[in-house]
Amino acid sequence: MSAAAIPPEVRMRPRLALRGITKAYPGVVANDRIDLDVLPGEIHAVLGENGAGKSTLMKIIYGVVKPDAGTMQWEGQAVRIASPAQARRLGLGMVFQHFSLFETLTVAENIALALDAAEAGSGLPAKIRDVSRRYGLTLDPARLVHAMSVGERQRVEIVRCLLQAPRVLIMDEPTSVLTPQAVLRLFDTLRRLADEGCSILYISHKLDEIRALCHRATVLRAGRVTGECDPRRETAAALARMMIGAELPHPRHRPPVAGAPALVVDGLDLRPDDPFGTTLRSVSLTLRAGEIVGIAGVSGNGQRELLAALSGERRVARRNAVVLCGTAAGRLGAAQRRSLGLAFVPEERLGRGAVPEMSLADNALLTARHRGLVSHGLIRADAARSRAAEIIASWNVKTAGPEAAARSLSGGNLQKFIVGREILQGPRVLIAAQPTWGVDVGASAQIRQALIDLRDAGVAVLVVSEELEELIETCDRLAVIAQGRLSPARPVAETNAEEIGLLMAGSAATPERTAAARRP
Amino acid sequence: MDTCAQLVILTLAAGTPLVFAALGELVVEKAGVLNLGVEGMMLTGAVASFIVTADTHSPWLGVGAGALAGAALSLVFAVIALTLLANQVATGLALSLFGVGLSAFVGRGYISVVIEGIKPLSIPGLSDAAIVGRLLFGHNPMVYLSLALFVAVQWFLHRTRTGLVLRAVGESPASAHAIGHRVIALRYAAVLFGGACAGLGGAYMAVAYTPSWAEGMTAGRGWIALALLVFATWKPWRVLAGAYLFGGVTLAQFQAQAAGVAIPSQLLAMLPYVATIVVLAIISRDATTIRLNAPASLGRPFHPE
Repeated sequence: MSAAAIPPEVRMRPRLALRGITKAYPGVVANDRIDLDVLPGEIHAVLGENGAGKSTLMKIIYGVVKPDAGTMQWEGQAVRIASPAQARRLGLGMVFQHFSLFETLTVAENIALALDAAEAGSGLPAKIRDVSRRYGLTLDPARLVHAMSVGERQRVEIVRCLLQAPRVLIMDEPTSVLTPQAVLRLFDTLRRLADEGCSILYISHKLDEIRALCHRATVLRAGRVTGECDPRRETAAALARMMIGAELPHPRHRPPVAGAPALVVDGLDLRPDDPFGTTLRSVSLTLRAGEIVGIAGVSGNGQRELLAALSGERRVARRNAVVLCGTAAGRLGAAQRRSLGLAFVPEERLGRGAVPEMSLADNALLTARHRGLVSHGLIRADAARSRAAEIIASWNVKTAGPEAAARSLSGGNLQKFIVGREILQGPRVLIAAQPTWGVDVGASAQIRQALIDLRDAGVAVLVVSEELEELIETCDRLAVIAQGRLSPARPVAETNAEEIGLLMAGSAATPERTAAARRP
Repeated sequence: MDTCAQLVILTLAAGTPLVFAALGELVVEKAGVLNLGVEGMMLTGAVASFIVTADTHSPWLGVGAGALAGAALSLVFAVIALTLLANQVATGLALSLFGVGLSAFVGRGYISVVIEGIKPLSIPGLSDAAIVGRLLFGHNPMVYLSLALFVAVQWFLHRTRTGLVLRAVGESPASAHAIGHRVIALRYAAVLFGGACAGLGGAYMAVAYTPSWAEGMTAGRGWIALALLVFATWKPWRVLAGAYLFGGVTLAQFQAQAAGVAIPSQLLAMLPYVATIVVLAIISRDATTIRLNAPASLGRPFHPE
């Protein structure tokens, strides 16, 4: 630890100090009197589950959001950060969870946008190469961002921050898009930065990462600080208690009893509609009744295209490329596939999983047209309402009632409603994309358990997710999608995170490796 | 040979209103704002320039008044759509209708007034020399102005920092805001610039091309300018090519009418519009080009925080 190189009196004074930061949105207090001290050269974790207020707090520090109350001190001086530009001038850098990159611009243009006009001159590409070499973050300044993988995009964001020589670097959920190997590389970079005296605010809900990387942790729950600790000395269980106020729930598992194939994908090739999309190349997969198969992979590797081809949103040329419950379904549309016994939980809850402005009753009706909710083309409103009420009651969805608009529900509650709606169809095959993304721990556990119960009832379940731990926990077999190719599904017990990580990074021809090979 | 040069000159002259209007709207749309009021702003610019020219006998003052009038009308749009966050499509359509009506009302007394407009260049020894001399020096001064505008827009968008910020705002205003750029201020500036350009396009028609004032004299060129942008995939040089294609077919259909071709004149008058759209639609089918050049946030209101 080079922390010893910094004189103790400098280390003691916080570089950034927050006192009583409060921010309320209609209906929810996102931050409630939050105190936070960030010391020079420390990696400081802000730990909390989705919706605990971490992102809001970081946006306040970075000047994107104005707090309702509270004060901020920078190097001992009271400051009021009114804009991101001012935050950057002070020496704050931020890498966003959802990248703030512009797809149609090049790496150099994206970086120039975040710098002052004086710094963004013609010498910029050379500076980018210099910084990226120094921290082991390979980048080509002339490339267009849209053609880059998520991991590479994150590098652009990091290099963009580093060029401004920040004294505090905020990383918002930086590993959610990385392979396990890329996470280790990122940690090396962050440790090097901290050794050079840069403070790092590391936002995450992943306990293991925080224990491996961070010197100190501030834990948030429901907008409040519930604890401060040295995560290296705490157990994951203790951190989880601070984070969710309870033990981490673990799902019950029974050995799988796989039956007949319910969904067979055979040599599926598909060109994407979106020119920036991924081409699927001879994807094959057999999903049997009574098992859960997971598809891991960094997003943008063909998940969207595969899901569209499976749900029926995108028809495929060859009928036999997708066989659903014994019927060649490649040319069938979404409604026909649903009537064969398919249920689908899409990734985008609002806009694809549910119509935001419509009531829960109407949303329940949308995928259940043939189940007594419509007669002679007319809606049976009371039947739809009671169907929605049934879902709300059995899933413990927190809402005003069946007439509440889908938009008014929190992410976790809406997801419970959508999963509940799909399960109530009595499907033979259920496909779920990112079923617990942005969902709180309690709802996540409930959804995972429901998927497992469904499997035990003999339904074939396919889960597509970026959360490797979730897949390992719930699935019987795992396949990995990388650059539009799907690896063979292997039993979870016979594989491990490292091996899956290598598959996630793709075969020998990944852009990362070719770039590394090109380096002198 | 001489008719050849004449044809080129007339083609450029007929396409120039579109060059002004479409290049202005290009900057507006690149910033992510959809202002459908181009037709109304062109007509307002036309009538303002005509009135000022008729009253002051200075066509260049008139041109300045046209640009100002277009910008003033676009300011109304900016306040409603950018500050008050009204729907851009509805606001733009209303602006077009308003501009058409306003110009007709204001221009009532000027319909048969005769003015001394801006004449094509005539530099002794150059403009009348050989065919090259005529091609280089025989255009209307406002045609040169439109070409300068083309160079300036191209240079601004791809060589200046503000141009880069403008393109970034058009793709993702939220991201641009997050890294500290002033989205609304930049969009205001772009909308005003677009309005001024549309006004110039109208002024060109009223004091240089025809020169005269008639109700609705732009005859849908504002709408064609909007379509041109889409089919030119927001690329300035394609806008220029599309505008001159429009000019060329306009010219051809005049010739055909004059020659007494046995096709109803209404059908012939449709030709420039149809030809421009068909040709551009065919050459702009590449989805990647569209994704790379179309401003992704087009028409979506943005509110900081």
